[in-house]
Amino acid sequence: MFAPDNIFTTTLDKAARWSRTQSMWPVTFGLACCAIEMMAAGSSKYDLARYGMEVFRASPRQADLMIVAGRVSQKMAPVLRQVYDQMAEPKWVIAMGACSSSGGMFNNYALVQGVDQIVPVDIYVPGCPPGPQSLMHGILTLHKKIMEGEINR
Amino acid sequence: MIEEEVVNIRSEDLHKKISEIKNAGYEMLVDLTVVDWYRKRDNRFELVVNLLSLSKKKRIRIFSDIPNENLECKSLTDIYPGANFYEREAFDMYGIIFLGHPDLTRILMPDDWIGHPLRKDFGLGKIPVQFKNAPKV
Amino acid sequence: MDDKEKKQKENIQDSEYWATNAEQGGWSLSSTDEGSQEMEKEETPEELDIQMGKEIIDDYIDSETPSSEDERMIVNMGPQHPSTHGVLRLQVELEGEIVRRVKPVIGYLHTGMEKTGESLTYSQGCTNTTRMDYLSPFFNELVFSLTTEKLLDIEVPERAKQIRILMTELNRITSHLVALATGGMDIGAISMMVFGFRERELILNFFEKTTGLRMNHNYIRPGGIAADLPDGWERDVREILEEIPKKLKDYDQMLLDNPIWNGRLRNVGILTTQECFALGITGPSLRASGYDWDLRKVQPYSGIEKFEFNVPILNESDVFSRWRIKVLEIQESLKIVRQAMETMPKGDYRIDDKKVTPPPRKRLDESMEALIHHFKLFTEGFKVKEGEAYVAVESPRGELGCYIVSDGSSKPYKMHIRGPSFCNLQALPVIMSDSPIADAVASIASLDPVIGDVDR
Repeated sequence: MFAPDNIFTTTLDKAARWSRTQSMWPVTFGLACCAIEMMAAGSSKYDLARYGMEVFRASPRQADLMIVAGRVSQKMAPVLRQVYDQMAEPKWVIAMGACSSSGGMFNNYALVQGVDQIVPVDIYVPGCPPGPQSLMHGILTLHKKIMEGEINR
Repeated sequence: MIEEEVVNIRSEDLHKKISEIKNAGYEMLVDLTVVDWYRKRDNRFELVVNLLSLSKKKRIRIFSDIPNENLECKSLTDIYPGANFYEREAFDMYGIIFLGHPDLTRILMPDDWIGHPLRKDFGLGKIPVQFKNAPKV
Repeated sequence: MDDKEKKQKENIQDSEYWATNAEQGGWSLSSTDEGSQEMEKEETPEELDIQMGKEIIDDYIDSETPSSEDERMIVNMGPQHPSTHGVLRLQVELEGEIVRRVKPVIGYLHTGMEKTGESLTYSQGCTNTTRMDYLSPFFNELVFSLTTEKLLDIEVPERAKQIRILMTELNRITSHLVALATGGMDIGAISMMVFGFRERELILNFFEKTTGLRMNHNYIRPGGIAADLPDGWERDVREILEEIPKKLKDYDQMLLDNPIWNGRLRNVGILTTQECFALGITGPSLRASGYDWDLRKVQPYSGIEKFEFNVPILNESDVFSRWRIKVLEIQESLKIVRQAMETMPKGDYRIDDKKVTPPPRKRLDESMEALIHHFKLFTEGFKVKEGEAYVAVESPRGELGCYIVSDGSSKPYKMHIRGPSFCNLQALPVIMSDSPIADAVASIASLDPVIGDVDR
């Protein structure tokens, strides 16, 4: 912002952004029905391995992307925040499905109405559950947004 | 084929009657739940127990009133150990206290939640949703 | 010469530099550091055995020092962990490597579905219950519809019953495939995960053609089903029936005689029939312990008594037999699907009662009465008379039951679903105690809990 944008830093910046998109590793945060569709997206018919993402790291310290797949209840919300805090920068969040985007069809006492009340979300993928194609469209949109520099981390 | 039977028992005899029924061949406890008759009946809470006899192929459903003053009932975990989680859920959702239960704490809601969600005077907790172009009410 | 030799011999025998001259008092055995190379004479037969390795002294088990309380450690297998059975938290008290106590903590997926069910009408109720046990959604819808129909005292047509059986048995196959896939991945056979999900795609394709969705279909409703089967469904089902037995042979080739699989799963996590009765556990775990109980044979629902199939029973009640029963049940379900496909009757796919099912869309332009019925059914819903009913079906995890209390209005007064996984989780302290922690993951995977059913 204060340094002049010369040719050296812009290409370096672009290279850094390109390398960040090429193998983002998601952390396993499958909660409910959307988790089964996430696992199906990682299996052989809709292959996530072609984007370098078939490795679902169990430890949040080694992951870049958190796909919140499923409904987040009041008891689970502090756990979600703790896992998000343990991830190292740069990190991104995809809210998969209707229940994590906005509470979905369960507008009641037991669910957090939208996971963006707890963590900052970059991409919302609608559907109940979203098919593997919709999830992959969401991931590719995230890649595009990072490449174009819209998300600054 | 399985036959089904429906029986009504008074709450003082519940524990004794259920031990007799267990000795008569009903080996498995299938379900234990509570119905909240808010303002429809005098006795507000009613306990419903479903038992199954695998050897005789019969089911029996037992209703029993829970006294209004103290909401207490004797626990069935010494007859059927499988009633453990069901009684904790009845305590969590309705507030019924089971005497003699090994660990009567909240099971589905967070530990510091106030209120018993499935009672009829606990609202749904619906948050009104404003649609984008709707006139603001 | 003789004297000289004799003298030389004496010299040799008397000299001190022969290291092994034990009998002559040279270097003696006990003066070396390495200990005896030969066996000592004053040894009892027991000490001889110990030296030869025939008897093992195990200090850990035979020691008389009591294990103190502060040698135990409480480890938390937290709600977010890689063995993908959902958000289940286990507090495990370990003594060395042996598990002494286990306490499962649930409630991390509680959605308040029973309370939501009290504010939805009977025809909307299936959208709610279908998301409880998300691996077998057709069973949840079926049990809700059967209970509502028992309260209404109506009977659905034959074609609807048979289509319900076709879809639920296909769903049993997909649910068992997921259980085998995730169970295999937990234990280490990672290709099992890829195989299981690949087979599942064929069946999910058929579901998408028929109901519109791959999961959470809302297809089986009170009064029948939502829409008829599409054209060409027989071709799709025939393809499923041909492909899956071939792939099941692949699994058997990979796993059945595999020494690692056998060594990790046999005689682990024993759950006897008496324990199942005391805890209320039904389903494959009860059948793996030797007791013959299947609600499809004992309390048949929706016309399943017409079909011929066997119920596999195994006797060892360990993790290996619980795994093996799932493979055998897939084969039996394929038989039912084939019979359902070949004998499908023609007819209506939902009941003709005007007070329960909405009229077809074409008639809405023609008849005023149809318009009024459509309006009343979709805004207020059909009314059910007072009473209560409990119906149970055999889901892939055990006995799935639904208990509805109605007070005469169009919404249930109380809806309670008896989930099989809620009850099956009470077996975890029983099968995990006094066994090493490395078997814990295999035991949890064999019980096949789905946390949506536990927490509702």
